[in-house]
Amino acid sequence: MALTMFDKIWARHVVATGPGGHTLLYVDRHLLHEGSAAAFARLARSGRRVRRPDLCLATADHYVMTSPGTPAPDGEIATMIESLSTHTSAQGITLFGRGDARRGIVHVIGPEQGLTLPGVLLVCGDSHTATHGALGALAFGIGSSEVEHVLATQTLWQRKPRTMRITVDGRLSPGVAAKDVILAIIATIGAAGGVGHALEYAGAVIGAMSIAERATVCNMSIEAGARSGMVAPDETTFAYLRGRPLAPAGEVWSRALADWTSLPSDPDVVFDREVRLDGDAIAPTVTWGTSPQDALPITARVPDPAAIGEAGRRRSVERALGYMGLTPGMALSDIVVDRVFIGSCTNSRLEDLRAAAAVARGRRAVVPAWVVPGSGLVKQAAEAEGLDRVFREAGFEWREAGCSMCVGMNGETARAGERVASTSNRNFEGRQGQGARTHLMSPAMAAAAAVTGRLTDVRALVG
Amino acid sequence: MQAFTRLTGVAAPIDLANVDTDRVIPARFLRKPQGSAGYERYLFHDVRFAADDSERPEFVLNQAAYRGATILVAAENFGCGSSREAAVWALMAYGVRCVIAPSLGDIFHQNCLKNGLLPVILAVDVVADLRGQLHARPGATLTADLQTQTVTAPDGAAHRFEIEAFARQMLLTGQDEIALTLGYEPQIRDFETRHAAAMPWLLLR
Ligand code: SF4
Repeated sequence: MALTMFDKIWARHVVATGPGGHTLLYVDRHLLHEGSAAAFARLARSGRRVRRPDLCLATADHYVMTSPGTPAPDGEIATMIESLSTHTSAQGITLFGRGDARRGIVHVIGPEQGLTLPGVLLVCGDSHTATHGALGALAFGIGSSEVEHVLATQTLWQRKPRTMRITVDGRLSPGVAAKDVILAIIATIGAAGGVGHALEYAGAVIGAMSIAERATVCNMSIEAGARSGMVAPDETTFAYLRGRPLAPAGEVWSRALADWTSLPSDPDVVFDREVRLDGDAIAPTVTWGTSPQDALPITARVPDPAAIGEAGRRRSVERALGYMGLTPGMALSDIVVDRVFIGSCTNSRLEDLRAAAAVARGRRAVVPAWVVPGSGLVKQAAEAEGLDRVFREAGFEWREAGCSMCVGMNGETARAGERVASTSNRNFEGRQGQGARTHLMSPAMAAAAAVTGRLTDVRALVG
Repeated sequence: MQAFTRLTGVAAPIDLANVDTDRVIPARFLRKPQGSAGYERYLFHDVRFAADDSERPEFVLNQAAYRGATILVAAENFGCGSSREAAVWALMAYGVRCVIAPSLGDIFHQNCLKNGLLPVILAVDVVADLRGQLHARPGATLTADLQTQTVTAPDGAAHRFEIEAFARQMLLTGQDEIALTLGYEPQIRDFETRHAAAMPWLLLR
């Protein structure tokens, strides 16, 4: 029988079938961060231990300060970081803590270290865990109770989701990035389009992407409602992984490679749902509202609620425009921004920083603009090619690795009413700070907004 | 985990689609320990309270008839976004034990099940009708019965809902899921041995 890649990976992790057809799945990789501390605490209270500390990796990302030198926070924020460090050391789990160059956003360091591999089942108490699907891993976010369950048993009860393949044909035009592709996908299927589904991204556009670009696409699967999203491993994947610190080597590498080439979906397999997009038709895209599905090409105008027939949708657009402080019908390129954030697990890898630097080079930021690398190693690599200098000379602020203003748990938030051009993944009300207004876009588009002070079609600046 | 069998209570309508868990509990409260003093105030905090901490009168839970609701009747994709289980903890702290919607965020849905909060999925028109009844009769009660898998509306109509047998059993008994899984220890150990032999690259140390 023809199988999807998802089916193949699922099947190799089935430990047992339990009541009601639920499946007990084995977990190969468990990533942890400060938010996992509550699960550790409950585990300790019930007198249980971590079953496989060797399959866990922890990093401090959400609560760490990203100002130069990662200064020590205080109060409750410090407690979050200390608590992770106490629990991981008590349980014998490797932690990339403050001061470790390998520390970074959990979804950046997994692939970077070669911890994430094709065919593995990887979980993390974070909804953007689908990012690891870029390497052909079945990766999904879980809640705190599920984190505790995995810590204690290395397994998870799951009901099998349906499958959906999203094929992006053709070729991207110059100035169009992976972020534009995923924003276009979400605008097409909607923020609930992927609920209950495991996504696979395919087609010429995805095949031509680097691992960093595939990570951007897979990352926002949850913004389309899906817990997981992945790309079949190929030569790009293998070349990326070879030689990474935690990737297999020698004879085991050859065995792994043989296995990984058997993972892609069989040619004649049937998915529960198929979606196709034309890559040539995708333009640089920005969001205007408070759901990631509220995305339009930069050349478009802010929608007019009066033109929307369905009452529920009309009210929600009205509410979004009220929150965002936008006038129906205004050109998106007339929207003036107050600050720029380049970072997050969506767009903080070396390739992202290069794309932003290419726009910043020789220009000048006219609003505060932060560049927050995804990991200490990304930061080092960027500095080795002089990107930090490009950003600094253009008036951007070059910061330390972490989640930072993507969510502001560390206190690095935008102020109420401030409008942020951001490369992160969520434009929810209050996401980047109470009352803050977020427009999502690619790194090049964010850099363009920084140097013009408004949402700008990057194709007008470079090209 | 608290068991769930049957609940009759005041239900509040939430009409907005795609209510994300950042809205259910803003990020700055995630450093507060679950169940610490005042936890119930974090629920929907920024849409429920103004900057000076006063209640926003337009928010549904601030209206007398819906205050203290134990059931929410929401719209499509309620609980989307962040995996924060604190969204469920805040709902529970307020007293909400059941959320009815046409669809729920997948992770939020799981988190509800792990905490004894009953997630009920019903057809979009049924849920819209329920919200309509709650608007027409503020303070009306609903009954959610997990034994019979029915929701009884204010107008007396009973709507059957589906729930996975496993989840239903766990909710009805309030069983500790980790304890249940530890009963599978021999299978887990066998699997682990076979898995590591077949795919030696999975070992990290
Ligand atoms: S960068 Fe943002 S979305 Fe990614 S893990 Fe950190 S807080 Fe979550």
